[in-house]
Amino acid sequence: MTTTPAPTSSWARARHLWGLRWRMMRRNWSEFAHQMRKHPLAIIAAVVILLYILAAIFAPAITVHDPTRGSLRTRFEPPFWMEGGSTEFLLGTDDQGRDILTRIIYGARVSLLVGVIAVGVSVLVGLTLGALAGFYRGRFDTIVSRAADLLLAFPFLIFAIGVMAFLGPGFGNLILALTFKGWVEFFRLVRGEMMAEKTKEYVEAARVSGMGKVAIITREILPNIMQAVFVLATLRMGYMIIMEASLSFLGLGIQPPTPAWGSMVASGRDYLLTAWWVSTFPGLAIVGLVLAINLFGEGLRDVLDPRLKIE
Amino acid sequence: MTQEPLLELRNLTTVFPTRRGEVRAVESVNLSLAPGEVLGLVGESGCGKSTVLLSIMRLIRRPGHIAEGEIRFQGRDLRALSEGEMRRVRGREIAMIFQDPLSTLNPAFRVGDQIRESLRLHHIVDGRWPWPLDMGARRREKERVIQLMEEVGIPSPDARYKAYPHEFSGGMQQRALIAIALACEPRLILADEPTTALDVTIQAQILDLMKRINERRGTGIILVTHDLGVAAEFCHRIAVMYAGRIVEMGSVDEVIESPQHPYTQGLLDCIPRLGRERQPLSPIPGNVPDLATLPPGCSFAPRCPLARPVCESGPIPMVRLARDRRSRCLRHVDFAREQGWTWGTEYEISNQ
Repeated sequence: MTTTPAPTSSWARARHLWGLRWRMMRRNWSEFAHQMRKHPLAIIAAVVILLYILAAIFAPAITVHDPTRGSLRTRFEPPFWMEGGSTEFLLGTDDQGRDILTRIIYGARVSLLVGVIAVGVSVLVGLTLGALAGFYRGRFDTIVSRAADLLLAFPFLIFAIGVMAFLGPGFGNLILALTFKGWVEFFRLVRGEMMAEKTKEYVEAARVSGMGKVAIITREILPNIMQAVFVLATLRMGYMIIMEASLSFLGLGIQPPTPAWGSMVASGRDYLLTAWWVSTFPGLAIVGLVLAINLFGEGLRDVLDPRLKIE
Repeated sequence: MTQEPLLELRNLTTVFPTRRGEVRAVESVNLSLAPGEVLGLVGESGCGKSTVLLSIMRLIRRPGHIAEGEIRFQGRDLRALSEGEMRRVRGREIAMIFQDPLSTLNPAFRVGDQIRESLRLHHIVDGRWPWPLDMGARRREKERVIQLMEEVGIPSPDARYKAYPHEFSGGMQQRALIAIALACEPRLILADEPTTALDVTIQAQILDLMKRINERRGTGIILVTHDLGVAAEFCHRIAVMYAGRIVEMGSVDEVIESPQHPYTQGLLDCIPRLGRERQPLSPIPGNVPDLATLPPGCSFAPRCPLARPVCESGPIPMVRLARDRRSRCLRHVDFAREQGWTWGTEYEISNQ
């Protein structure tokens, strides 16, 4: 590479710098994209996830029916390809005459939001506690680690059911119930990585160059751990979405009439023999999204953090 | 010496409590380093060389601690500084270079940014605005980094700025580390076996680079090494350590050509020589003693070819044989007694 002469005027200099920065970013991105190309399944999965997200954001624009109000005259309309079905209700209607496709599209909002927020809060809590416990050890580590072990002893679903039964249903309580145990995985990951990274020489070098402990944790060690956290976060997101659907299925999560996939599956349970589509399509929506997230997460893991594969 | 020393260690003792008792990893070390001087700290693995460096930086990991002594750097007692003041000394006034360059560089960041980090940390380049906003300061920082990379001999620094550590060769990584150490123009560089992980040709280049830095900038260097050959080539003075103590000290020529302490003699006999007739190497028999259960007398006595029963009876004082020549051996003590020398000021026998 040749050395470009530094431009003189301040405007030209700024343009020059931003040009450099832009080229750097593009190089990073193209490296990443190049590696991702070896995992075509992950790319397809990413496209599917993107479709779900777009559908959730633009739900009012792409649907014509009301997701919460139906008409008893249109109860149990079958999907359009079956006898008696019409193109007005592409995937049929449920017991209250509401369009299932519309409700699935609106339900994506709940699932994605719960997934993102629950994982986000879990990462935040787990990362902070894990970084502190792994770096400082001592009594703080002992207490938090024992608490984490205790939480790990409960099955997630039973625990969440218990918490929801105690707190009562609702969006905020749902997030609370999911993160109450969700942070443990991130805590354990970050704590372990922190303990491993802490002994490496670059940490010693940072100490020697006069860096404080907080700066060493946040500026030196965490950037080395973030990729693993990111991969785990993606993989956990699918799980959180299933948890939300399970709780909603049991009537403990998102309350009707707000459309949520779990409660939609539950509402069609009684009519499985006569109107199978009521439960089936929301179920397929869950499977599709979770499968896509997991496939994408695994592709991401192979590219970003090959070490995790060994486990 | 008329000049005030850059660094002076007086009676430095660093201990690590263990289950088997207190390990005195560094015991009563007296050292002084003039500005612009290169001192070699030589000894086998585990003799406390690196612990001396970490003690100077005050970075001994708990429960280890400095039990005793004084560390005077440019007239200040480093032991009396607060942790915050000490942080401003580290990296800015005393820099350190480690043995394994790859693991010392942070794998997550570009090499250029890591050099820049130490500029930022000690506010070497001041800007009018808080850091990320001041484009002018950032540009000056980058220019300084590229200048540093040029100085330590990294070719095409513009392109290498953006490379990650694993994309560098071992020699280049060590050069980058030296650039980090130089970034704040420290008065003193502590080099902990900087060439051990490199092959011989690169080793020579790195030593040459450090020598040029020392000559051009007048930076004092303490070089820790187990390689007497490296020390002989590079240092002005040599201190030989054994089991936590300095056993011999003097200028390079004197120590290499007329070693006074039997341990130094032994070390010199271990070095393979090229040319002339083939000679069998004569290794020092035995092992480095266990620091937790040191004998009361000379710790080298069990391996020493000249040892007598009295050697193990009590501690051996340092004997100052000439102006800047010290050795810790009972033979010199006997010699000093014969000459009628008296106890000097610094826990040693001298003729002054």
